[in-house]
Amino acid sequence: MSEIHRPEARVEPIDSTIEPAGEPAKNKKVEEASLLADAWRSLRRNPWFIISAVLLVLFLSMAIFPQLFTNNDPRECLLGRSRQSPSAEHWFGTDVQGCDYYSRVIYGARNSIAVGFIVAIGTFIIAVLLGLVAGYFGSWVDAVISRFTDMVFAVPYILGALVFLNVLESRGVREVAFVLIIFMWPTMTRLMRGSVISVVNSEFVLAARALGAGPITIMRRHILPNSLGPVIGYATVFTGIIIGAEATLTFLGVGLQLPAISWGLQLSDAQPFLQTVPHLLLFPVIFVGLTVFAFMTMGDAIRDALDPKSKK
Amino acid sequence: MSLSVPAAADPFADKPSVLEVEGLVKHFPITQGIVFQRKVGAVKAVDGVSFNLREGETLGIVGESGCGKSTLAKLLMRLEEPDAGTVKFRGEDFLSVKGDELRRLRRKIQIIFQDPYTSLNPRMSVGDIIAEPFKLHPEEKPKQGIRNRVKELLDLVGLNPEHINRYPHQFSGGQRQRIGIARGLALNPDVIICDEPVSALDVSVQAQVMNLLDDLQKEFGLSYIFIAHDLSVVRHISDRVGVMYLGKLAELGTQEEIYTGPSHPYTQALLSAVPLPDPTLRGAREQIVLQGDPPNPANPPSGCRFRTRCWKATEICATQEPELISRGQITQLSACHHAQQNEKIIPAHS
Repeated sequence: MSEIHRPEARVEPIDSTIEPAGEPAKNKKVEEASLLADAWRSLRRNPWFIISAVLLVLFLSMAIFPQLFTNNDPRECLLGRSRQSPSAEHWFGTDVQGCDYYSRVIYGARNSIAVGFIVAIGTFIIAVLLGLVAGYFGSWVDAVISRFTDMVFAVPYILGALVFLNVLESRGVREVAFVLIIFMWPTMTRLMRGSVISVVNSEFVLAARALGAGPITIMRRHILPNSLGPVIGYATVFTGIIIGAEATLTFLGVGLQLPAISWGLQLSDAQPFLQTVPHLLLFPVIFVGLTVFAFMTMGDAIRDALDPKSKK
Repeated sequence: MSLSVPAAADPFADKPSVLEVEGLVKHFPITQGIVFQRKVGAVKAVDGVSFNLREGETLGIVGESGCGKSTLAKLLMRLEEPDAGTVKFRGEDFLSVKGDELRRLRRKIQIIFQDPYTSLNPRMSVGDIIAEPFKLHPEEKPKQGIRNRVKELLDLVGLNPEHINRYPHQFSGGQRQRIGIARGLALNPDVIICDEPVSALDVSVQAQVMNLLDDLQKEFGLSYIFIAHDLSVVRHISDRVGVMYLGKLAELGTQEEIYTGPSHPYTQALLSAVPLPDPTLRGAREQIVLQGDPPNPANPPSGCRFRTRCWKATEICATQEPELISRGQITQLSACHHAQQNEKIIPAHS
C-alpha cells in the first residue's frame, strides 16, 4: 500500500506511528492469551492451586492404581479379626467383616471419584449445550429451556434420587451417575446461560454478525471461548459436590451396593459402631472430606484464573 | 483553528448515490408478562429516516443519547431488521436480499464500533481478528496470502505489522480502534458506518483516528456515515450533517449550512452549547439552554417531537408534524414549521 498522505494543517498533527507501543519491550516472546494459557499463568502463582493439585494427584492415582498404595487385597476378609484397632499390620484397623480397612478405603476412591467425574462431565456437556443455545438465541428458545431448567431445579436431588434409585434393583456407578446427572444439571446450565448472555451482546459478536458469520461460527469462535471460564471452574467444584452426594446417597441406602467398595458404603456400614469403633467412620470421612476439599479449592482457583475481570 | 469550509456548491452533487435510505422505521416493542408476553407499547427508536449517501462523501449524524443514532447504524448493517423503509446499496435493495447476495453486499458495507475495548474478541490474536473477514468470505481471499494482507492492513492503519500475534489487551485504546478499522477495511468496502468511533478515546487520540479515517477515505474513495454526539468531531470530518432528535432527522444539510446557518431550533440549541475557543466572543453569542429532558421515545409528543422543549412552539407544532423539506430561503432540509436562521447564535467566524 502506498504511503498515506498527511496534510499538515490539522487540528492536531500527530504522527500516528509514534503512538506509545502497547507493551514495553519486556515480552520478547508474545504472551498467549488463549483461555488455558491465560489461566495457567495465574494458577502457577496460587498456593491454593498447588495444595489442591497435590491432593488431587494423590487421590486420582489412588483411584487409578490402588495397588501402588497397598499390597493387601481389600476383599480378603477373615471374620476372626473383625473390628480390630489400627496397628502396624492394619494401618486403619479392620472392619466388621475383618477386612483390611486401609486397603478398602484406598480402593474406595475409584468408585467415588468415578461417579464424580462421570456426573461432572455429563452435566458439563448438557449445561454448555443448553446454556449456549438458550443464551444465544434468546426469546422463546430461551423461555422453553429456562422454564424446563427451573422445573428440574425445583426438585431436590435427594428426593429425586431416592425415588428413582429405590426403584432400581441393582445400582452400580452407572445408575447412580445417571440419576445424579438427571437431577443436577440445572445449576450449571443457568450459570452457562448467564455467562453466554453476558457476551452475546458484545460488540465483537455484533462485528462478526455484521461480517456475515453464522450462529455456529459465532458460538464456536466468539462466544464459547469467552463464556466457558466460570463453567469450567464450577464443574471442578461440582465434582467435589458430587462425590459428597454419592456418599450421601449410598449412606442413605440408595447408592452403590455391596459388594462394591466405596466411601459411602463404608460410612453406611460404620454407622452402628460409631461409639465402639469410631475409626471405621473417621477414615472414610477424612478421605471424602479431603477429596471434596481438593476439588472445591481447585475449582475456586480455576474460576478466579479464568475470570476476565481478574486480569492484571 | 482553521477549518477549510467547503464551497457553497455541493461538491458531491454529481456523484452517484451509494446508499439510499427511505423511510426507515424501527420500533422496539415493550412487553409485559413472562410466559405470555403482550405488547404494551413500542419505543420508536428510529421513526422514518430518509437520506442518501454519495460516493466519497461523509454524512455526519449527530444527536443526543437515545435519539436512535446507534439503532440507525444497526439497521443499516442489518444487525436489526427494520419495521418499514428501504435501504438501497447502489440501487440494490439491501433489506430484502438473502443468502449469497446478502453476503456479497455485506462485504461492501462495514462498521466501526464505538468501544474499542469490547469490539475486539479478547481471546483472538490481532492477526486472527483482522483475518476473520477473509475466513467468512473465502471468495475475497487475497492473492498474496491472508497473513501478508493482514500485515499490509496493520501497516495501513499505522500499526506495527510485527504485532500481528499480539492480543487486544496489549494495545492502547487508540491502537485497538485502529485494529477495528483494519478489520473494517479488509474486504475493500464502499461504505463504512462509524458508530461513534472516537467517543471512547482520549481527545489527542481522537484527532489521530479522525485523521486516519480521513486519509483512508481519500485513498480508497470510501463513503462514511459518521455517527457522533460531539458536534465538533462531526464538523471536522463531515461533508453533510444530519441532526437527529427522537428517532427523526430534524435537519439535514451541508456541513456549512448546518454549522453557519442552522434553521431548526434544536440544531441552534446544540450549536449554542459548543464551547468557543475565543474568550472575546463568548459574551457576544446567545446561548440557548433547553429545558427538561428529551420526551419518552415510547410516547413522543404529537406533531413536532421537539415542541415540548422549543421556545418557538405554537399551535401548529402540536397538530401537524413538520416535514423534512427545504423551506423558503433556507437551502438545507429542515423539519420545523418556524425554521429560521438566527445570526446571533453562531459567531461570525469559527
